[in-house]
Amino acid sequence: MSRIDYHLRSRPRMADETDYSALIHEDRVHRLIYTDPAIFEAEMEKIFGGVWVYLAHESQVPNNDDFVLGRLGRRPIIVVRDSQGELRALFNRCPHRGATVCRQPVGSARTFQCPYHGWSFRNSGTLNGVPWPDGYATDFKDTRFNLAQMPRVESYRGFIFGTLNLAAPLLTDYLGPARQPLDEWLDRHPGGVIRLCEANRLKFKGNWKLAYDNAADGYHVVFSHRSLLQMENRLMSEEAKGMAFYKDKPDDAPMYVHYLGNGHHYKNKRPNICNEDQEVLPGALWEIEGHFPGMEAYEARIRDHLGDRADAALDLACSEPVNINIFPNLSILGNHIQVFQPLAVDETDTTWFGTAIVDDDGFLEGLADDINAMRMRTQESFPNFGEVDDLTNFEEIQAGLHVIEDEWVYMHRGLNLPDRFKHLDDGTVIGPATDEVFMRETYKVWADLMTAQPTLALQR
Amino acid sequence: MIDVPETSLYLTDQYYADTIAAFEDCWEDSREILDVGIRNSCRAFLEHEARILDEQRLDDWLALFVAECAYWIPSTPEAGDPRKEITITFDDRRRLEDRVFRLQTDAAWSQQPASRTSRMISNVATFHGPNGSDIMVRSVFQTTEFRRGDTRRFAGCNRHHLRTEDNGWRIVAKQVNLIDCDQNLRNPSIIL
Repeated sequence: MSRIDYHLRSRPRMADETDYSALIHEDRVHRLIYTDPAIFEAEMEKIFGGVWVYLAHESQVPNNDDFVLGRLGRRPIIVVRDSQGELRALFNRCPHRGATVCRQPVGSARTFQCPYHGWSFRNSGTLNGVPWPDGYATDFKDTRFNLAQMPRVESYRGFIFGTLNLAAPLLTDYLGPARQPLDEWLDRHPGGVIRLCEANRLKFKGNWKLAYDNAADGYHVVFSHRSLLQMENRLMSEEAKGMAFYKDKPDDAPMYVHYLGNGHHYKNKRPNICNEDQEVLPGALWEIEGHFPGMEAYEARIRDHLGDRADAALDLACSEPVNINIFPNLSILGNHIQVFQPLAVDETDTTWFGTAIVDDDGFLEGLADDINAMRMRTQESFPNFGEVDDLTNFEEIQAGLHVIEDEWVYMHRGLNLPDRFKHLDDGTVIGPATDEVFMRETYKVWADLMTAQPTLALQR
Repeated sequence: MIDVPETSLYLTDQYYADTIAAFEDCWEDSREILDVGIRNSCRAFLEHEARILDEQRLDDWLALFVAECAYWIPSTPEAGDPRKEITITFDDRRRLEDRVFRLQTDAAWSQQPASRTSRMISNVATFHGPNGSDIMVRSVFQTTEFRRGDTRRFAGCNRHHLRTEDNGWRIVAKQVNLIDCDQNLRNPSIIL
C-alpha cells in the first residue's frame, strides 16, 4: 500500500484582481466573462478544479486496466479503472520532465511508460521504475515521483466526476435535486444503465459558457432552429412533433424549466405529452418522434415480436424530452450525454456522446440491437440539423462581444414577474419554458465560485 | 424539389448489412478494375459531382443518387457498424432530402451566408462491386471551404458505390471518410 500525499496549493496561480460583483448583475452579465483570458484562466482553477467536473462514463472503462484520455479544464488526464478496480483520474504528465505519458485515446494497460525517458508507472499512478537508477542519488520511494492524480473521483450511477477541492461536498450532495431527473433518465432504460457508443463531435469558436447558457434555453428554439422545424414540419402534421412544443406560446405549455441549485438546471418537456392523469403512456414518445432512417422496417419487426409491449420498447429508440444540465460541463439532452470542453476563452468542444441501451436481462427478448439501430439515427438528427445552427449563433455572439463599449448581455426574461415562478421548499425554482431564471441563478453561483479561494490539491 | 417520399421502407437490417459489407469487402488488389475507360468514366462522374456541389446545385446532386440510397460519414476511421454506434451522418433518401431541404430554407444559420467550396478529387481507383455490374470507386478528396472570413479544409477518402441507370452512373451509396472523423469538427454543415 503506497503512502498518499496531498500536495496543497492554497491560492490560485494567477493573482485574480477581478471584481466579480461588478460583472454579474441581477438582470445582466458583463461581456468580459466571455472574452477575458484572465477570467478564463481563473475559471480553469476555481471551477474546472474547484467543483465536481464530469470526466468520463464508466462504460468507457468497463474492465480493470481500461483507460480513456480526457481533460479537467485544460489539464490532460487519464481516467483509468486500475488493476484493483478503482476508478482514478491520473494527470497525463510525467513527474520527471512533464511530457504526457499516454497518447493513445482509449485502451487497456497495466502500466504507462513515458516515451521520452522511459519512466514507467502502474495504472494506480505509483512509480514502477526509472532507467539506470544508480545514476540518481534519489530515493524513488518518495511519492513526489508518482504520477499526480485527482484526490477525489466518484461515480454516480456510471457518470464519473472528479474535483481537486478537498472541501467540496460529497458528489451526491453536489448533484442534490439534480439526482432525481438523472435517476428518472437512467431508469427508463432496461437495468437502469446505458453505454456510450461514439459521438457527434463538434466545436465552436466561442466561450464555453455560451453553450451552458443555452442548455435550458427555451427562448431560442423556434428562432435558432427555424430550419429544423420547417424541415420536420414539411412531412408531418403540425401538432406535437418534437420541438414543435415551442410553437405559438411555449410559456402556456405545461413544460417548464427547473433551477436545481449549484448551477444545475432541468428542462422538462414530458408534461406536454402526459395524459390527464399526468402519466406518459407507452408509445407517447414514439408518437412524437420525427422521421428517421430505418423507422418503418424496425418498427414492423418489433411490433411482430413484442405485440402489446412494442410501444414501450419503441419509446426506447426515441428522444427523451428532457435537458438535464450539471454544472459546469455535462448536459443530458434527449438521449445524448453532451460534454462541454473549454479549450480557450473563445474555443470550446461540445461532444455529443451517443447512448445505447444494454439489455443483459433480456427484457427486450433479443431486440435490443434493433432498438439501438433506430436509436442511433434518432440521436444523429439534432447534431446534424439543429446544433450546427446553435454553434453558429454562439460564434456570432463571440463576434458581437468585440464591441468593447457595449458591455452588457441581458438575461432578464421573467425578472420581476413573480407570478411566473414557483419557489419550492428545497430552494429550487420552477418557471415557464422560455424563462432565463436558470441563467441568472447559475451566474450567482458562478460569481460565488469565482470569488472564493478554494484549496486545490493533488494526490500522489 | 423532387417529390418527397413520406415513407422509407428499404432501410432494413439487411440493407445495413449489405451496405457495410460493400464498403468493407471490395478493396483487395485482385478486385481492382484496371480498364482505363471505366476508370475515366468514374473519374468524370466524381468530378461532375464535385462541380455541382461547388455550384450549390443540391437538387441536381440528389438526382445523382438511386432512389434507395445511403450517404454515410463514419465517426471512426474503421467506419464501424452504424446500427451499433453514432455516425457523423447516416442518411437514407428521406433524410438526405431533409438535409437539402433544410439548407434551402434560408434559415439554416450555419449556412447563412453559404460556404464557398472548392473540391479536389484525385487517386481514383475502381473495383468490382458486390454484385454483377456495380462498381466501387475509391478516391481522395480535399475540400476547401470559405465562410465568414475563415478558410478551412476537409480531407479524406470517398468511397462511392456506383450503378449504371438511365445510361449513366448513379450513386447507390457514398461513404465519406474524413481523416479527422473522430475529432471535434467546426460547423460540419456543408455536404461532403
